[in-house]
Amino acid sequence: MQVGILYSRIRKDEKLLLSELRDRDHEVTKIDVRKERFGLDSTTADIENLDIVVDRCLATSRSLYATQFFASYGVPVINAPETADVCADKAKNSLALADADIPTPETEVAFTTDAALESIEEFGYPCVLKPVVGSWGRLMAKIDSRNAAEAILEHKATLGHYEHKVFYVQEFVDKPGRDIRVVAVDGEPIAAMTRTSDHWLTNAAKGGHAESFDIDDTALDLVERASEAVGGGLLGIDLMEVGGADSGEYTVHEVNHTVEFKALNDAVDVDVPAAVVDWLETRVANAEADEGNEQRTGVTATV
Amino acid sequence: MTQAECVECGADVDLYDDLEVGEIIDCGTCGAELEVIDVSPPVLDRAPELEEDWGE
Repeated sequence: MQVGILYSRIRKDEKLLLSELRDRDHEVTKIDVRKERFGLDSTTADIENLDIVVDRCLATSRSLYATQFFASYGVPVINAPETADVCADKAKNSLALADADIPTPETEVAFTTDAALESIEEFGYPCVLKPVVGSWGRLMAKIDSRNAAEAILEHKATLGHYEHKVFYVQEFVDKPGRDIRVVAVDGEPIAAMTRTSDHWLTNAAKGGHAESFDIDDTALDLVERASEAVGGGLLGIDLMEVGGADSGEYTVHEVNHTVEFKALNDAVDVDVPAAVVDWLETRVANAEADEGNEQRTGVTATV
Repeated sequence: MTQAECVECGADVDLYDDLEVGEIIDCGTCGAELEVIDVSPPVLDRAPELEEDWGE
C-alpha cells in the first residue's frame, strides 16, 4: 500500500512506524506539513495514489487543519478530522465520554476567573486545573488552596491566548500512584501499560515508569466505548483506577488522537508498530474490497 | 557512522545509519537540539523551540 505520513518532527514513534512500513515494502511518502500549502481543491503535497494518510503531526493545530484538508481531498486519514477535533480539546473530550455514559472525572468549564473560582471552591481542595489544549502534563495545576487558585487563575487570565481563559476544572482523582494507557485500534487494544510516579502527574513524558498491564473485561469495555465515543481510529485511551490499584473500577480521563507508543513498545512484549501496520493494512484492504462492491452495487465506500 | 557539523558549536556530531529527515538529535558537545534537514549528505539545523500545542 502507499502510505502518507504527516509530520513535522520524526520522533522515535514515527521511526518505529516508518521502519515497520518499509520492512513490509510499503511505499511511504513523508509529508512535512511545515513545507506544504493546502488549497481548497489541491495541495503542494504529493498525495497522488496514496491509499491512506497517517497523521503524526506533533503540533495539535497543524494536526487539526491538515486532517481536515486531506479528508476534503478524498484521502482517507488516520485519524479522521472529527476524531482529532474531539480528542484535541479536553472539554470536547470530556463531553464525548460523558455523553456515552463512560465514567469520567467530574468536570466544569468556566469562562471567567470568578466563575472558575466558584467551580474550584465547589470541587474543594485539591482539585485540578488543566489547559483545554495541551499535552505531556504541561500547565496542569493541582490546586491545594484558595490562595493557589487565585494566583493560578490570575496567571492564566493574563497569559494571552484565549484558550487559557477557558478554565477547565476537574475533580482530583486519588489514583494509586499510577494511571493506565491503552493503545487501541478501533476500540481493540493492542497493548496497555501503567505509568507510575511519586508525582501526581504520571505521564511517561513526565518520567512516569512504564510497566505492562493486563486489561480486564471492565477496562476492555471502557476502551471499546471510549474509542467509539470519539469516532474510533488509532487512539491512546487513558484510565485511572478508582478505589485503589487493581480495584477493577476505572474512570476514563482522556483519549489521545496522535498517540505516542514508544514507551508502551518498550514496556510490553507486543510489537506495537507491527500491530498498527497490521491494522492499517486491514483498513486499506477493506476499503479496496468496499470499492469493488461499490462498483458492483453503487454504494459509496469509506476507509 | 557518518558525521555532520553542529550549527551551534561547530563540533562533529555522530549520526546513525537510519537517520530520518525531520528527526531531532542532540549535539554531544554543546547539547543543542538539532533537526535533520537532509540525509545525503547529512545537514543539521537548530531544532524549533517547543510550542504550547505540541504533544499527542
